[in-house]
Amino acid sequence: MDEMERTILDYVVKEYLEEDDDREVTVDTPLISGGIVDSFSMVSLKRFLEKKYQIQIPDADASADAFDTVTSICAVVRKFKRN
Amino acid sequence: MAYSDAAREWYRRELAGIRDAGLFKEERYIHSLQDADIEVEFPEGARPTTVINLCANNYLGLSSHPEVIAAAREGLAHRGYGMSSVRFICGTQDIHRELESKLTTFLGTEDTLLFPSCMDANAGVFEAVLNEQDVMIADRLVHASIVDGMRLCKAMQDTYKHSDMAHLEEKLIEHQDKRFRLIITDGVFSMDGDLALLDQIVALAEKHNAMVFVDDSHASGYIGKTGRGTHEHCGVMGKIDIITTTLGKALGGASGGCVSGRAELVQMCRQRARPYLFSNTVAPVIVSGALKVLELISGSTERRDKLEANTVYWRKLLTDAGFDIKKGSSSIVPVMLYNAKLAQDVARDLFKEGIYVVGFFFPVVAKGQARIRTQLSAAHEKHHLDRAIAAFTKVGAKYDILGKGKKEIIAQYGT
Repeated sequence: MDEMERTILDYVVKEYLEEDDDREVTVDTPLISGGIVDSFSMVSLKRFLEKKYQIQIPDADASADAFDTVTSICAVVRKFKRN
Repeated sequence: MAYSDAAREWYRRELAGIRDAGLFKEERYIHSLQDADIEVEFPEGARPTTVINLCANNYLGLSSHPEVIAAAREGLAHRGYGMSSVRFICGTQDIHRELESKLTTFLGTEDTLLFPSCMDANAGVFEAVLNEQDVMIADRLVHASIVDGMRLCKAMQDTYKHSDMAHLEEKLIEHQDKRFRLIITDGVFSMDGDLALLDQIVALAEKHNAMVFVDDSHASGYIGKTGRGTHEHCGVMGKIDIITTTLGKALGGASGGCVSGRAELVQMCRQRARPYLFSNTVAPVIVSGALKVLELISGSTERRDKLEANTVYWRKLLTDAGFDIKKGSSSIVPVMLYNAKLAQDVARDLFKEGIYVVGFFFPVVAKGQARIRTQLSAAHEKHHLDRAIAAFTKVGAKYDILGKGKKEIIAQYGT
């Protein structure tokens, strides 16, 4: 796991899991389709990424599919960091 | 463009997908008034049978109260059936303003504006009072109508973990750069039946300069010692900036809702809330019935006291029988089953035993949180609840879930 994956995974666990939630979350755990993050709450994740990595993610790129795992989220971040 | 074969085929496949996923909703036809005992035709075409209703929002048992029906009939005779207008053209009668005034007094606010429903109130209120300079910070379990209303508003959206005050405070600190911060919560959460920690929320709002919004649809009329709502229960009457609520549950159960709160915010809704501006006025017959409801419950706490006693009794019956229920004090009592199919099977078997309840599962509740939501009413008598618990116990024994908690039920049935 690289540093970006670790940072985003830590944020997801802290932001979205309840204290008594003992589900194990890895970089490949489905977050949205798995019911951990709902689309209503996803906005804070997008804002965190934009602030942390100094990028702008267009809404079209912040889809439920693109944000479904930490791995896919990292791909989105890398795409816009390059641009 | 015609409704093409391709379009028809697409919709048919979509509907088949909903059915295959076990999410297809079907109505059950009731052949009687809404009450503790109702006659239900289910499945369609079957002879109606009398069952005990444990899933209505008829908390105070006023949906079919003779005095409410008589008042509605009077309203029909003297103010007519319809107004054929939105409020601000020619749709406001004296009784509309009278009801708004009575709701203001009942809720302990500054002003009130009626909407066709609370869904409409929630759809319109945020856009009317906030803009892109502001932020809305909502509990993650707020009602779907609030989520929709927030999506229509240009203010920034954020959420906090359910009733997690530390997380809410983090968000309030994070958004200090915004002009206005609005904390958004349900008073009683509709699926879990727990109450918002409004005293703590108001304290945080005062500390971090935020406004507070509460949807009290599942509380108005019975929560608090005189039924004013969650703000009365938590000792913060007069400190909630916006309350939305419905006339469609405890307050008569017909339809209609309102925004109530700070005078300027309500006036902004009167000027700008689109569901108010572009939807028909609440029918006179409903306004007349609602006025009688407020008169009945403002003069006596007998109904909410009976509901409270029924709730305490039902929670004890379920607990003693060995069901895993969500703790709380509201009249929403969820029986936890965790597995969607199990929730549907138990509900179906209970119906055969003469008890009308419904299973709830994803996406209505979170994955792995399937349940049967029971709801008490002041219309229930002790014998209704005694019969209901006998049926629950019989069905619970069939599925071998009595005395078992979350881990054991999940081990047996999965999620």
